[in-house]
Formats: sequence, structure tokens, C-alpha cells
Amino acid sequence: MKQFKTILLLSIISVFFTSAYAAIEVYQFDNAEKTARFQKFTADLRCPKCQNQNIADSNAEIARDLRAKLQQMLTEDKSDKDIVQYMTDRYGDFVLYEPKITAQTYLLWFGPFLLLAIALLIVFFIVKARNKRTNSIELNTKQQKQLDGLLNKKQDS
Amino acid sequence: MIPEIGEFSLILSFCFSILLAIIPMVGTIIKNELWMNYGQTMAKGQFFFILISFICLGYSFAIDDFSVTYVANHSNSLLPTQYKLSAIWGGHEGSLLLWVFILSGWTLAVSIFSKNLPLDMLARVLSVMGMIAIGFILFLLLTSSPFERYLPRFPADGADLNPLLQDFGLIVHPPMLYMGYVGFSVAFAFAIAALLSGRLDSAWARWSRPWTNVAWAFLAMGITLGSWWAYYELGWGGWWFWDPVENASLMPWLVGTALVHSLAATEKRGVFKSWTLLLAIFAFSLSLLGTFLVRSGVLTSVHAFASDPERGLFILILLAITIGGSLTLFAIKAPNVQSESRFSWLSRETFLLINNVFLTVMAMTVLLGTLYPLLLDSLGAGKISVGPPYFNAVFVPIMSLMAIGLGISISVRWRDTSLDRIIEALWKPALASILIGIAFPFIYGSGFDFSVFLGISISLWIILTISLEFIGKFKHAESIFTKLKQLPMSYYGMMLAHLGVAVVAIGITLVSVYSEERDIRMVAGDKVSLAGYEFEFKGTQQVQGANYTADRGQLIVRDGDNVITTLNPEKRHYSVKNNMMTEADIDQGFFRDLYVAMGEPLDDGAWAVRVHYKPFVRWLWYGGTLMALGGLVTVTDKRYRKKTSLSTKNEATHA
Amino acid sequence: MPRLLLFIPLVLFIVLGAFLWKGLSIDPRELPSALLNKSFPAFQVPALRNPNKILTNTDFIGQPVLVNVWATWCPSCRKEHDQLLAIAQEANVPVIGLNYKDDRSAALAWLEQLGDPYKFNIYDESGMLGLDLGVYGAPETYLLDAKGIIRYRHVGVITAEVWANFKVMLEKGWSNETI
Repeated sequence: MKQFKTILLLSIISVFFTSAYAAIEVYQFDNAEKTARFQKFTADLRCPKCQNQNIADSNAEIARDLRAKLQQMLTEDKSDKDIVQYMTDRYGDFVLYEPKITAQTYLLWFGPFLLLAIALLIVFFIVKARNKRTNSIELNTKQQKQLDGLLNKKQDS
Repeated sequence: MIPEIGEFSLILSFCFSILLAIIPMVGTIIKNELWMNYGQTMAKGQFFFILISFICLGYSFAIDDFSVTYVANHSNSLLPTQYKLSAIWGGHEGSLLLWVFILSGWTLAVSIFSKNLPLDMLARVLSVMGMIAIGFILFLLLTSSPFERYLPRFPADGADLNPLLQDFGLIVHPPMLYMGYVGFSVAFAFAIAALLSGRLDSAWARWSRPWTNVAWAFLAMGITLGSWWAYYELGWGGWWFWDPVENASLMPWLVGTALVHSLAATEKRGVFKSWTLLLAIFAFSLSLLGTFLVRSGVLTSVHAFASDPERGLFILILLAITIGGSLTLFAIKAPNVQSESRFSWLSRETFLLINNVFLTVMAMTVLLGTLYPLLLDSLGAGKISVGPPYFNAVFVPIMSLMAIGLGISISVRWRDTSLDRIIEALWKPALASILIGIAFPFIYGSGFDFSVFLGISISLWIILTISLEFIGKFKHAESIFTKLKQLPMSYYGMMLAHLGVAVVAIGITLVSVYSEERDIRMVAGDKVSLAGYEFEFKGTQQVQGANYTADRGQLIVRDGDNVITTLNPEKRHYSVKNNMMTEADIDQGFFRDLYVAMGEPLDDGAWAVRVHYKPFVRWLWYGGTLMALGGLVTVTDKRYRKKTSLSTKNEATHA
Repeated sequence: MPRLLLFIPLVLFIVLGAFLWKGLSIDPRELPSALLNKSFPAFQVPALRNPNKILTNTDFIGQPVLVNVWATWCPSCRKEHDQLLAIAQEANVPVIGLNYKDDRSAALAWLEQLGDPYKFNIYDESGMLGLDLGVYGAPETYLLDAKGIIRYRHVGVITAEVWANFKVMLEKGWSNETI
């Protein structure tokens, strides 16, 4: 009893959002393409210290440093590949919001499409089975009503 | 004294929930009508005492009783009254009390509005809801009581509510969201009752449909409000981040959407019975899973509660019992509820099945992406992050395919439709939406853009197909007015909700592609132009709020020579928690928002200012609201209010 | 439909539940260093006490060392300071300071006032060495072997328990599974 109360008290420092305000700084680039790359990178790189925020939105010290470094690398005309390499060398794959496609992430990247294919296949067989005794003749409303009546009777009995 | 009354009535309601779980259920076994009837009284008792408990907590907040730990940690004497009251659910313990309060509310509602249900069915449903209540009230009492006292000495003033939560959003978003989450417990209880009794016919579907639709509508509204709140409050103009907590609400909503459709097929045609049951179990299970993810600390999130593995373990045990138990029951009992109707390839049944496949796969994708870091980590395979780029790449194509299917399915009838008729109905809207989709990016933007083409074509496709379907209803009608009155409310609801999908799709497409933003250094007198608007910075002034001080900036916005508006973003300092907060200011518009936020003060009285141009961003929330409205409108359909008809009575005797 | 298929949802849930249960004992915020089992990054950075002395990573090759990332603006660093002093006293492994994005005079005053556990301090004013090292917030402590290879990183305050674990690693050699 006592123990959980201590945990309770400790955990009561409960906050919804850790970093309380958005990061807004001024970065200038000599062309629009670099500005766009800067925006893309800061949106897709994760701040390692924060609670699931990208480095664009975070105001943590490390996010500022990474933004500054990113600006420097863009000004030095580093390629996207170099930038990603630089970041993962230091902070690991954790900083990439877009996980690399590796053996470990095949399931993540292709699983949904595989699942969709399997599910559609199942639908195919279900409909095929259900389809057996119907033929696609258009019924007029009167016939339809008669059929409905028959079917309902059959279901109810 | 008041907090103790709160705690005590929580214990009383716990006793009621035990009785509610046991007595009616036993009644169905020993076939004792009196016992079965007992559930309704117990539901009232349970609700009454949780209500008292809830009021007690509210009272403690209202009078600033900082001897209560939870109040001391989430309030402050300077906090405006409306936030004191909404701070009830500003933290883990209180929000769990809200959860339980809403659960007992749903239970009460079922007991009141389901008078036309067969007694044994109602007894089972109420009993299952009682079981859920037992678990969660116990969780509240054992690990998370909001009524704990700060003893022996309590602080003179409270630690204050997180400034981000001191907002209208906190007042409306959590209650709406929980109404949705918890509302799925009704569909779940109906499913369990069906499995227990073996009775699963169209009457059953007709009873559980309105409950499911309402819960679904609330969840849609809750998510919409959450997105809107995050957009204006967090200060960076984002409206969806694929954060675990956001995903936790999206998953049950997606499965709930599948359930809403599957129930329609079960009611109208008696098909997909076991699938419908499974979806009902899934929808609530995912709500529970969301609760676990948000409160256990297994994932990091911007919105998470403080983590506590002990609480996590408790919820996990609850999950194991609830989900494990219901899935076991499903595995054993589901074969009893086979359906036998037939339908062809081109039938509404087939399309609803495909719709269900897509929605379920989408939900599973979100689940996979959300949990994948945890999966790899627990296998010792390192830490990775799965974020927006992944979800956009995988989720969006599947979503687009489904939206195309939506347009087709509108003109497909139950059982069978001829291909000619479908082509006849669809070729014009298909052609029109593709052509306009191609033209749109040239007219609105600066050149062709595939995302815009896809998004606009799909949205138009939905709008055109449902409009033509609607107009088609009047072809043989003698008078438009009579026909309008004849169409069932559930039809209108469906149309509204589908229109909402199209509106959301337009919003997502245009705000994603055509948004513009700039971060700039501004001193008084500086001007910046963005998307044809000119923003002039007039400097800042100090202002004093109730519990904060702020630098309030002033920006005049012009379109050409016309002054459109003056925006006043603030940089607030909340003294109690020593928090800095960005309070953005937004010029809202039907076609675009202008969004301004202030960053850091720079040298020489300059400020870092971020200006956004957000075209069609509001359409996201208009669309979400339309969907929610649609869900609510279906419930007013006359057929849900009919007394038990002769046919259902007949069916009941077979059960 | 084969009856066994109906058990698929249950089986999937059990698998999921097992992962979630495992997840409860993992801290999602604890990141292993990306430089684990790699050399300490090369650097040329002035010393804290003597701005004219340029330190490089050859300065701590030859024996296992602890590299402690700290700053005066970091409240948790204050909490672990006494433990660091105790470690220095035990003297079985030298502690090297990496003064991270700090003010030189404030840092010197801190050492003056609270005692100096460090063999020497690297003064990383810009934080660029910290960036190369993958530091994401002070305090962090790195365990390097005699060849200057990073064998372990601890993020957060060094407590007596953490130090005990470090000692086990120092005695028994490196295993990535420890702790």
C-alpha cells in the first residue's frame, strides 16, 4: 500500500506536454530549395531528448544545436545522404522518423500491403462461395419483393 | 470531509457494479425475471454514486482544497474557474474518474432507452457493462484515487495546471473523446451478450446500431476537437502528428467505422455476423489498448500522462481479462452464429466487405507503426522511430483506394447489381472528377501536382457520386417535398458522413501541399509578405493575465491596400510553473487561415516571428464535424424507436 | 470455416500482450549510444583550466576512463557531483570531465566550491564535441576502455547503484547486455 502511494506521489508530476512552447528561430538560406530541404529535415528528424517531437517544433537545447548543424551542413552543400549519415552516426536510427528499409523493418514497411493482399484474397473466396447460387439477372421491384419475402421466411424458420 | 465522501461513494458505486455484473447474469442462467430486472436499478445506483464522487472532486477544485493531492497538483488559486473545473480531468486520476463516470452514464442510458429489448438481452448487456466498471473502478480505487490527501502538511497553493491545458480545448476535447472510447463498450457488451445467448439476428443488429453510431460520432468529434486544439494551442500549426496518443484514438475510430458499416449489412441482410461481433470486440479492445498506451509509459508521446509501470501492469491485466476473455468466448461461440444469405460480386455486401478490409488494414497499419519501436526494442533489436513519413507513405495509398471504393459502393445495391447499371451511373462523375482533378492544381496552384490531383479527384468523386445518388432518388418522386420526408434519417446521416469524408480529404490535400510558412526576425515596422498577404510588425507590449504575464505582439495584415485584420500573438510566462508558452493568433477563414506565433526575443527589441498560410485547414474540422453529425442523425431514424415488432418476437422465441 | 481459424485473433492478442508486458520494463526514452563499441570521436578542444592547452582524444588512451558530461546550468549534475567525488576518491578509474556548453568562469567556480573530481576537463563551449559524441542532455557518463573505445553510456544522474554496475563492467569486461 505504502509503496504504491510513493509511486503515486512521484508520478503525480504528471504533465501532458513536456516542452511547453514551439521553437521559432530565424534561418536564412540563399535559395528556396535549401529552405524547403531545411523544413523537410527539421520535420523528419526526431529530437533525441524530447517526448516524440521533431527538431523543428522542439525547443530543447539539443534540437537547437541540431538545427544549427543542419543549417551549416546545408550551407556547405552537403547531400541529403550525408546529412542523414551524420545524424545517425551520432544519434542512431532513433532520430529518423522515416525508418530505413532493412531486414528489421520489412514487416513494418510491407506488412500492411501484405495484409491487404491476404485480406482481399479472403474476400475473394468468401464472395465466390456466396455467389454460387445467385446469377446476375436484374430483378424488377416486384420480383425483388417476392424474393425478399421468401428469403426472410427462410431465415426466420 | 468532502473528498472522503467522494472516495466513499466511489466504493459504494464499486459495490453496485459488482451486483450489476453478477445478479442479472445469474438471472439469465436461472431464468429469474426479477433478478434480470435488477440490472436497471443497479445501473442507476452505480451512476448515482459515481456522480456524487465526481461532484465531490469538482467541489474540491472549486474551493481550492489543496489538502487533496490531485487538486494541489493540478490547480492553483489564481486559475480561472472554468479551468479549475476542467482540471478535474487534467491529470491521470481525474481523467480516469471521468472515464468511469462516462461508463456509468452509458450504462444508465442503456438501461433507460432499451426498454424494448428482450429482458434477457438487456440483463446480459448491463451485466457485461458492470463487469467493465468493476475493473476500472477497482483500478481507480487501488492505484489512482484522486481523493488522496496531502498529509500531514499540505501546500498553501497549488502547483497549477499545465498552461497548455488552460484552454477551451481541455473543457470539450477529453469528455467528447471519452464518450467515444467508452461508448464502444456498449457495442462490446451487445456483442458479448450475443455470443453468450447465441442470438445474433437483424433485431440484435438493429438494437446495437444506434449505440455504435453515437459512440462513433462522439469519437469522431473528439478526434476532430483534439486536432483543432493541437493546431491552435501548440503553436506550430500542425494538426496531426501520428503521435502514439493520437494513433490510440484513431485505431478504435477506424475499426468503429468498419463496425458501423458491417452492422448495416448484418441488420439489412443478415450477413457478416461473426465478423461484426469481432469488430465490436476489436473497437472496444483498441479503446482499452489506447488507455494502456497513454497511461503506462511504454511509448513516448507529446501528450502522454506521467508514466507508471505499476499502473501499466494493472491496465495490462484488465486488458488480458477483457480482451483475452472476449476473444476466447468468440473463438468458442462464434460458429453458432453462421449466416446464410447469398450475394453476388457486384453487390453492396461485397463492397461493404471490401470497405471493412480496408478500414481494418488501416487500423492494423496504425497499430503496427505505433507499436513497432516497442516490438523491436523488446526483442533487443535497437531503438527506431516511426513517424509521419512512414504513415503518410503507407496509410495514404490505402486510404485513397478505399475512398475510390466509397464512390462506387454508393451506387451498388444489396444482393446484386448489373455491371451496366454501375457503369451507367459512374462514368460521368469519374470523368468529371479526373478532369477537374487535373485542372485544379493549374488553376489554384502554379502547376501540376500529383497529390493535389489525387486528393481533389477523390474528393470530387465522392461528392459527385453521392450527389447523383441523392438526386436519383427523386427521379420517380411525385413531389420533392414528400420524397424528402420519406427518405429515412439514416440515409441522410450516411450522406452527411460521406460528404464529411470528402471535405476532410480536400482539407488534408490542400493544407499539406499549399501551406506556406516563414520564420523571420522582425523589429517594429518590419514587413513580410506570404502568399500574397503582407504582415507588418508593430512591436510588442506587456500585458497581465489572470495567472501569467505576456509580451503581446501586434501585426497588421494587409491584402494589397486593405487591412484585413490585426493579429496579437503572445509569448506568455506562467509564474507558478515558470513556464513559457506561445499563444498563437489566427485569422480564421473558410478558405485559409493566417497563423502567427512569436518565438524568442532577439537582440535590439527584435522578435523571431513565424507566419503561416494554411489554405483549407478548417475543412479538416468541418469534415470531421459533418461525419459526427451524420452519425448522430442516423440515430433519429424512426425504425430504432419502434417497439419490438412481431417478427423480432418470433425470432426471440427461437433464441 | 475451420474452427481453429477463429482462434487467430486470440493468439495475436496473446502475442501482442507479451510484447506489451515486456514493454513495461523498458524505458522508451533510454537511448543506447550510437557510438557504442566505437572510438571516442577525434577532437581538438581547449582544457577548462588552461585555455591554451589543446586536448585531444589521445589524452585518455592507455587505461579505462569515465567521461562525464556536465554543465553548471544542469541541475541533475549538481545531484551527481558528490557521487563523482566519491568515485574520484576510490581512484580505480580516472574521471574526465566534458564541460558542455558552459561558461568557463562559472564552471571553475563550481569546481572551486564543490570540489573537483576530474582528472582534467575538456571545455566544449560550442557543444560540437557533444554533438559528435551523440550527447542529448547533461548529465551523461561514458565508460571508455584502454583503447579509447566507448563501452557504455549512462544517461542521467550517476547514483551509487549505477556506479556499482560500472565497477562490475570494469572488472568483468564488456558486455552489451549488462544493466
